[in-house]
Amino acid sequence: MGKIVIIGNGIAGITAARHIRKMSDDAIVVISAESKYFFSRTALMYVFMGHMKFEHTQPYENWFWKKNKIQLIESQVTHLNTANKQLTLRSGEVIPYHKLVLALGSKPRPLPLVGAELAGVQSLYTKQDLHLMEQNSQGVQQAVVVGGGLIGIEMAEMLHSRDIHVTLVVREDSYWNIVLPKEESEMVNRHIRSRGVTLRLGRTVQQIKGQERVEGIALDDGTDLPCQFLGITIGVMPNTGLVENSEIDTHHGILVDEYLQTNVPDVYAIGDCVELRNPPPGHRAMEPVWYTGRIMGETVAQTLCGKPTAYAPGIWFNSAKFFDLEYQTYGFVPPTPREGYDSYYREDRKNERALRLTYDTNNNIVGINSLGLRLNHQACERWISMGKTLEYALAHLEEIDFDPEFYPKLNRSLV
Amino acid sequence: MQRVYTFLIIAGFAVFLVIPLVSFHLLSPNTIRDVVADPARASLLEKELRSIMGKEVSSITLQRQLGNAFAIANEAIVNRYSLTGQQVDQLVNLMLANRLNQATVDSLLAGPDNEFRKTAFSNYANWLYGRAYTRDEAAREALLTISGNINNYEVIPKLGFDRYKKKSLQYSFAKASLTGPAVTHPWMLMFFSFGLVIVGAIGFSLQLLKEPPGIKNNDTFRHPATSRKWLGIIIGTFLILFYIVLYFYPELMTSWVALVDPISFWLKGSEAGHFFLYGFLYTISVVVMGVRMIIKYRHNRYQIVRTLSVMFFQTTLAFILPEILVRLNQPYFDFKNIWPLDYDFFFDFELNKLIASGQMGVFMLVWGIALALIGVPVFTYFYGKRWYCSWVCGCGGLAETLGDPFRHLSDKSLRAWKIEQGSIYTVMVFAVVMTMGVLYTYFTGSATVVGFNTYTVREVYGAFIGAVFAGVVGTGFYPFMGNRVWCRFGCPLAAYMGIIQRFKSRFRITTNGGQCISCGNCSTYCEMGIDVRAYAQKGENIIRASCVGCGICAAVCPRGVLKLENGPARDRFNPNGFIK
Repeated sequence: MGKIVIIGNGIAGITAARHIRKMSDDAIVVISAESKYFFSRTALMYVFMGHMKFEHTQPYENWFWKKNKIQLIESQVTHLNTANKQLTLRSGEVIPYHKLVLALGSKPRPLPLVGAELAGVQSLYTKQDLHLMEQNSQGVQQAVVVGGGLIGIEMAEMLHSRDIHVTLVVREDSYWNIVLPKEESEMVNRHIRSRGVTLRLGRTVQQIKGQERVEGIALDDGTDLPCQFLGITIGVMPNTGLVENSEIDTHHGILVDEYLQTNVPDVYAIGDCVELRNPPPGHRAMEPVWYTGRIMGETVAQTLCGKPTAYAPGIWFNSAKFFDLEYQTYGFVPPTPREGYDSYYREDRKNERALRLTYDTNNNIVGINSLGLRLNHQACERWISMGKTLEYALAHLEEIDFDPEFYPKLNRSLV
Repeated sequence: MQRVYTFLIIAGFAVFLVIPLVSFHLLSPNTIRDVVADPARASLLEKELRSIMGKEVSSITLQRQLGNAFAIANEAIVNRYSLTGQQVDQLVNLMLANRLNQATVDSLLAGPDNEFRKTAFSNYANWLYGRAYTRDEAAREALLTISGNINNYEVIPKLGFDRYKKKSLQYSFAKASLTGPAVTHPWMLMFFSFGLVIVGAIGFSLQLLKEPPGIKNNDTFRHPATSRKWLGIIIGTFLILFYIVLYFYPELMTSWVALVDPISFWLKGSEAGHFFLYGFLYTISVVVMGVRMIIKYRHNRYQIVRTLSVMFFQTTLAFILPEILVRLNQPYFDFKNIWPLDYDFFFDFELNKLIASGQMGVFMLVWGIALALIGVPVFTYFYGKRWYCSWVCGCGGLAETLGDPFRHLSDKSLRAWKIEQGSIYTVMVFAVVMTMGVLYTYFTGSATVVGFNTYTVREVYGAFIGAVFAGVVGTGFYPFMGNRVWCRFGCPLAAYMGIIQRFKSRFRITTNGGQCISCGNCSTYCEMGIDVRAYAQKGENIIRASCVGCGICAAVCPRGVLKLENGPARDRFNPNGFIK
């Protein structure tokens, strides 16, 4: 019986632990400095908005871990010694391992400006960030959130729920248009504005003002925006701090092969901290989202339990919710027109729901985007993997319809 | 505006609570004669109630005086009609001489004064005839037992006031003697109590329109009403007390009942009872809070249609139609109330009432039985429990409207699930056994089954399950344990349908491939305390006996993962979900 140590108790690390336990009797230790128990990071915003309490973000009751003999340690790993196969905790305690799984997650990309350290300036990633945001948002009238990604819009929604006026500053000309095609991006722009958030597109922050606490920012067009809260959400990057001075190879993230193994024997890495040396077709080297973390956790568990399994995430999918607008995506949908691809795009009469079917020169569906609709994951995946044609798709839209009962049917509502 | 509406609601409640304090009871000899049909009993009470005759007294004073009057009247009756000490001595002598028989009893208890004694004693003591007694104490003891039985089962029920009569008279006296603003200005008071609350609540709900459509549960876990804080405690306490008064002390709430007398006269041509008031308030709650529900979920057609459905069924089938039936001299009947939730459906008085009501009554009887034995399994097979629990049922209707703001307070732990299974199936078995016993008594005339008195059993069920569990706990605990306490832990019909839904139904909540992010909104807002996320994050369909199909889990899901569906019953569990 070996001892498997997992650093990080996010979705990747915990999925690995659970799946290892299903298949083996190895001792499993999960270490996290952030919280003793696994919680859903994506749900932190709902705690802030009062939809839930923190305990509701924990998918397993506290007895679960002991019952499944998964040892939880709430501490910071300060040193990693891959030669002796042991790690050191902040307390000085030394923990040996047979196999090590690094599920270190990511960390917010910092804004390289003077003033980023002022009170009231923060990012949102950890449970601790949430507590900080609770304090920082007290008494705030105006807030600015910098960054046109998924966390930025969440932060805007969180602050907005407390009746704080929010200005969302986005570097691109349209919200998240590095991922969303023009039409979808513009629909989200309209949606953000309809919710009462000021959207400043094509702007960057030049200066952060304030003595001890942030008092405002200046944009690159010279506009001054007073604010008592400044959210920095300009992306995340792999959290590789622990391995930087070790034998483990890193580039942007911790480099792993298709078995999620690092260059050091018996050391694996999964989740947001990973950079794939050879990403599978249709995938990028770094895809820091919930689902990839989960699939990597499942995959590494197989390998660690004696069934070497290559990471095969299948057809790309993702989803998000922009205020009240749900978004789903499957397969390959290029954000800008691309040679060899075209797409069928329809919105409903109110321009609040949209469907995009991207197809190649053979008319085969390669990607699907939806806004304000719910699509059936497995059906979308089937269409893409089987190369269903656009004609087939348009004649069989009910196959991918996942909207609740009594909702207008896809083929009727999109004009 | 928020403040104005808050003020209206508080003011309406305040008026409602003040009404009993400014209402009094004025007793006259005529009232007593009207309420107590039997002149002999009426004159007994009249003597004892002289001290408050013609005086305005509070309902508490009235009830206290009535209690004394009943006790004294019963004592007088017992003194007059039970065996005298001399008669007991004589009977004991007969017994010791082994000469107790019909003839000796007849001659001992001869004369018009003894007529009642003679009949009663013959009925209760004939088993003593011819029995040999040698010891005075033994004979005396046997006689005193018989004498006590005669008092309890003959003298007091037939000539005095037993507990059923007392309870019903307490209410009738209070209602008949009521004076004050509730009697003189019912419409005005209704407007300033229920009316203000309704206007305030509708106004409050309209405030939701200020926010754009979409899931808006902001501050749910911080608001003092919905997070088990002070306002929730006040609301819960009020509801609990209201239900205790309604079920156990209705004689204290006649001033509220008087408010709806005009509506009752208009609807069914007679004065309101306390359950008419309850039905009225219940319906108003479902309608007003239904409007709120529709506004809150105005982006969600499933919720709109479903809420309109519960509003319709409560207003028409549960409230108005039964009263119209009564007006048409037909039995009071709620066509959508189903045994065993409708636990007294098979009680003798119900069966007798229906059978005595001609074709219509027989139709109701057949309808009720067919619904319970055929309708429930068939509909549940095709649509799951939701065809009833969250679309039709009255308890469900209140839970989905008045109770919606409290749905997140249900306990999601595994422990709670185990308690739920233990308790709901116990109640179901209790209801079925009780009904079987009642029917046994109905058909055989024997009140005792394996040592249990079926009347006692049904009384215990009515008090502990029907009143305390379904009412006091079921609704009173909304602000503490969520809006489905009764449906989840107690309702025998929900248990019955749950078994069908779990093992043989086309209903399931499908999960959408791998899209779940384990956020927990679904579990948090599941009123039945189902840990929906536990299934969704495994990509498994949700098939649980308790699911009532309200659809809120799907509504609050930020990633479009959940969908309520009816489909082929085979393979609906999808054990090989998308996520391994």
